[in-house]
Amino acid sequence: MQQGKIYDSFTEATADIFDGATLVVGGFGLCGIPEKSIAALQEKGVKELTVVSNNCGVDDFGLGILLHSRQIKKMISSYVGENKTFEQQYLSGEIEVDLVPQGTLAERIRAGGAGIPGFYTPTGVGTPIAEGKEQKQFDGKTYLLEEGIVGDFALVKAWKADKLGNLVFRKTSRNFNPLVATAGKVTIVEVEELVEVGELDPNEIHTPAVYVQRIIVGTDYEKRIERRTVREA
Amino acid sequence: MATSRDIIINRALQEIEDGMYVNLGIGIPTLIANAIPNDRHVMLQSENGLLGIGPYPLEHEVDADEINAGKETVTAQKGASYFDSAESFAMIRGGHIDLAILGGMEVAENGDLANWMIPGKMVKGMGGAMDLVNGAKRVVIIMEHVNKYGESKVKSSCTLPLTGSRVVHRLITDKAVFDFMDAGMVLIETLAGLTVEDIRAVTEANFTVSPELERMPVGE
Repeated sequence: MQQGKIYDSFTEATADIFDGATLVVGGFGLCGIPEKSIAALQEKGVKELTVVSNNCGVDDFGLGILLHSRQIKKMISSYVGENKTFEQQYLSGEIEVDLVPQGTLAERIRAGGAGIPGFYTPTGVGTPIAEGKEQKQFDGKTYLLEEGIVGDFALVKAWKADKLGNLVFRKTSRNFNPLVATAGKVTIVEVEELVEVGELDPNEIHTPAVYVQRIIVGTDYEKRIERRTVREA
Repeated sequence: MATSRDIIINRALQEIEDGMYVNLGIGIPTLIANAIPNDRHVMLQSENGLLGIGPYPLEHEVDADEINAGKETVTAQKGASYFDSAESFAMIRGGHIDLAILGGMEVAENGDLANWMIPGKMVKGMGGAMDLVNGAKRVVIIMEHVNKYGESKVKSSCTLPLTGSRVVHRLITDKAVFDFMDAGMVLIETLAGLTVEDIRAVTEANFTVSPELERMPVGE
């Protein structure tokens, strides 16, 4: 059942994600990942995905589960080192990877969502990632041309949404999510809490509703922690 | 007896001044955070989207939504702010972060840095390192002077793929401190007990010696 932008099942909210689609996915490590939407994609069995995400989960959680079921053809990421499945599939040539510096990745997603097809950055000049890229001098300094990214679908995890799709993120789970929300032809947002229109203070909205096409409430979030570090009292 | 790591951390602490905005890389640089004296007020930036990293949480404060760039649970200090990844790298790339302290695999005499991949090994990715070295106002690299085979990691030119070209301002090792100037690499400090000749013997790079050569403090 769908009411406005609100969906009541992850299966329906992700139903039209097709084989070969490009997905832009929020999260940093396992923090702020759309864990329920990812699980729905595994169940759906959609294949040959190109996934743009800073990381690729761990072996049995987050995007790692889509690697395990061999649904990902290509990853565009800044760091994939937490995942043994990834390493095996990369070394056997089953998966392609395009490593992009984290700030460049963030800006490519931001630019894509903002209608900017390319931009120049100093990041990567003189390194292997500069190969094949246009370079240009500004004020005597060299910069690389990098291109904006737009996905067929964007998968976002927010803390709260109102029923129009205005979003609020919590602490460092914000990370790539607000950028990702702007960079999907269809943006699917899973949230912990859905509130009535008017309950969110307009001053505090991180992502305005215009970017959001689908909203769905997730329950029983696992929110797995990669490195639990504590201090003694 | 101070370990190499103690010596490096102890010296790196001197780079951090009151009032600075600082990004500390993953690994040994993160350990510097715990050693910053309480009377030095600095805002530590974590590139996943936190300015003002606090101490690790108490057991009951652990929050999966609050981590640092090393994916460790942390807290936010008073005056902290959260932001998205584009904003985070805008403050890095835009030159708003005073200092980045990162680990290194090789540093060359022209200030080139290699710290993200070894050909033939699984490449994990560069994360935010390439942005940090091109964006922070000042880039300090900390690493051991020689590798486990006793070979110099301070090179005439890097053999590993670069993270950044001519990006290093200062290199701190367990034996010496160097600055990178237009005219080349300059030895500014040696560890107590080591002579300039001792440093030359373990350094592949060419360097000149500062007329005000000083002693590096030995760690605790």
